Amino acid sequence: MKDKDYILEATDLKKSFGVTPALQGANLEVRRGEILAIMGPSGSGKSTLLHCIAGIFKPDSGEVWFDGERIDQMDEARRTKLRRTAFGFVFQFGQLIPELTAEDNIAFPLLLNKVRRSEAYPKARVWFKRLGIAGMEKHRTGEMSGGQAQRVALARALVAEPKVLFADEPTGSLDSLASEQVMELLVSAAHEQGATVVLVTHDPRIAAYADREVMVRDGKVTTAQRKTGAVR
Amino acid sequence: MSASYALLGILGKQPSYGYDLKHEYDSLYGKEKSLPFGQVYSTLSRLLRDKKVSIKATEQSVGPERKLYAITKLGRADLEEWLASPEKLHPNTQTVLFIKVVTSILLDKEPNTYLDAQRAAHIERMRELTLLRRKSDLAESLQADYAIFHLEADLRWMDITTARLQLLKKEIQNER
Repeated sequence: MKDKDYILEATDLKKSFGVTPALQGANLEVRRGEILAIMGPSGSGKSTLLHCIAGIFKPDSGEVWFDGERIDQMDEARRTKLRRTAFGFVFQFGQLIPELTAEDNIAFPLLLNKVRRSEAYPKARVWFKRLGIAGMEKHRTGEMSGGQAQRVALARALVAEPKVLFADEPTGSLDSLASEQVMELLVSAAHEQGATVVLVTHDPRIAAYADREVMVRDGKVTTAQRKTGAVR
Repeated sequence: MSASYALLGILGKQPSYGYDLKHEYDSLYGKEKSLPFGQVYSTLSRLLRDKKVSIKATEQSVGPERKLYAITKLGRADLEEWLASPEKLHPNTQTVLFIKVVTSILLDKEPNTYLDAQRAAHIERMRELTLLRRKSDLAESLQADYAIFHLEADLRWMDITTARLQLLKKEIQNER
C-alpha cells in the first residue's frame, strides 16, 4: 500500500451496530491537502465512515490506511496516540470543556501531548486574533455564543498541527451567518497549515467549501459523474 | 424587464449619460453578466418613447453626441409602483427536474443516476459561487448568496425525492 497521492484510503469497509448495518462495503480515497466533503442523508452511514477512517471505530472488516500505515489493525493505545498527534477533530457539540477557559481548552491537546505549559499557552493564544475572538482568552467556553465556541473548537483541533482535520457537522448548531464565518476560518486555517480536511455534512452550502464531495447512501460511497456547466 | 427598472433606479438618483449608466449598472449588478451597450441604448429609447425618461442635455465635443438622460415624473411613479409590488412567484409544479425523474421511471431507468448527476452539477455551481463570494465585495456576495440559496432549495427537493422514489415509482406504475 498505497497510492502516495492519497493520505487516507479505505477499502470495502463494513460496520454494524448490533443487527443494524451502518457501512456495507464503503470505499474512500482522500487526496493529500484536499478538502473532501462526505454528504448523505441521516442514517446513511457518513458519520460512521468518518469515525472508521479517523481510527475512532474499528470496522468489522475492510482496511483503513493512513500515510502508509494500516490503522484498522492497530491496538487502541497506538490509535489513541495517532488521533492525538496526527488528527484534529471538530464536532457539532461536546468537544470543549465548558468549565475551562477558552485558552485552557485550546492548550489542552498540547498538554496531553506533553508540551510544557510555558510553550503550550503562547501557542494557544496565537489563535484568538487569527479567529477573530481576541480578548476572549479567559472566557469560559460554556458562556460563549455558539459561533465563538466553534472557533475555539476549531483552534483546539488545529493547534497541534494535525495532518488531517476531521469535521463532523461542524456548523450544525449555528445560523447561516455564523456557519459561513466558521467555514471561512476552517478553510483558510487548514490551507495555511497544509492540513487535509474530511468534512461530514448534510448541508450542501457547507459542502460547497470543499474541493470535492462524495455521497454516502445505504452504507456505500457513490461519486456522481460530473458534467460541468450544467447549472447556470 | 428588471434591467429597465434597474436603469430607471440609477437615473432616479441622478441624471446620467448612457455610457456611465452602463458602468454604474455593471458595478452594481453585472459583475458576472454585464449589460451590453446595445441593450442599454435600446432600453433607453424604449423609456424615452414611453416618456419615462427625458433628455436633459446634449453635449458634443469630438466624438458622437452625448445625451444626458433624466427620469421623468411618470418614470418615477412607475418605478415606485414596481418597487412596492411583490414579484409573482414562479409556478414550479412541473419543473424540468421533476419531468426527468418521472421520465426515468417511465423508461425503467434508475432516477437516482440522473439525480446524482444533477446534484453534483448543482454543488459544483455552488462551489463556484462560494469561491466568488469569498473574493467579492458585499453587494456581489449577496447576489451569490441569492443564487446559492436557490440551488439549495433544488437540492433539498432532490433529497426528498430520492427518499420517496419507491413510493413515486409505485404511484406511477399503478396509474398506467
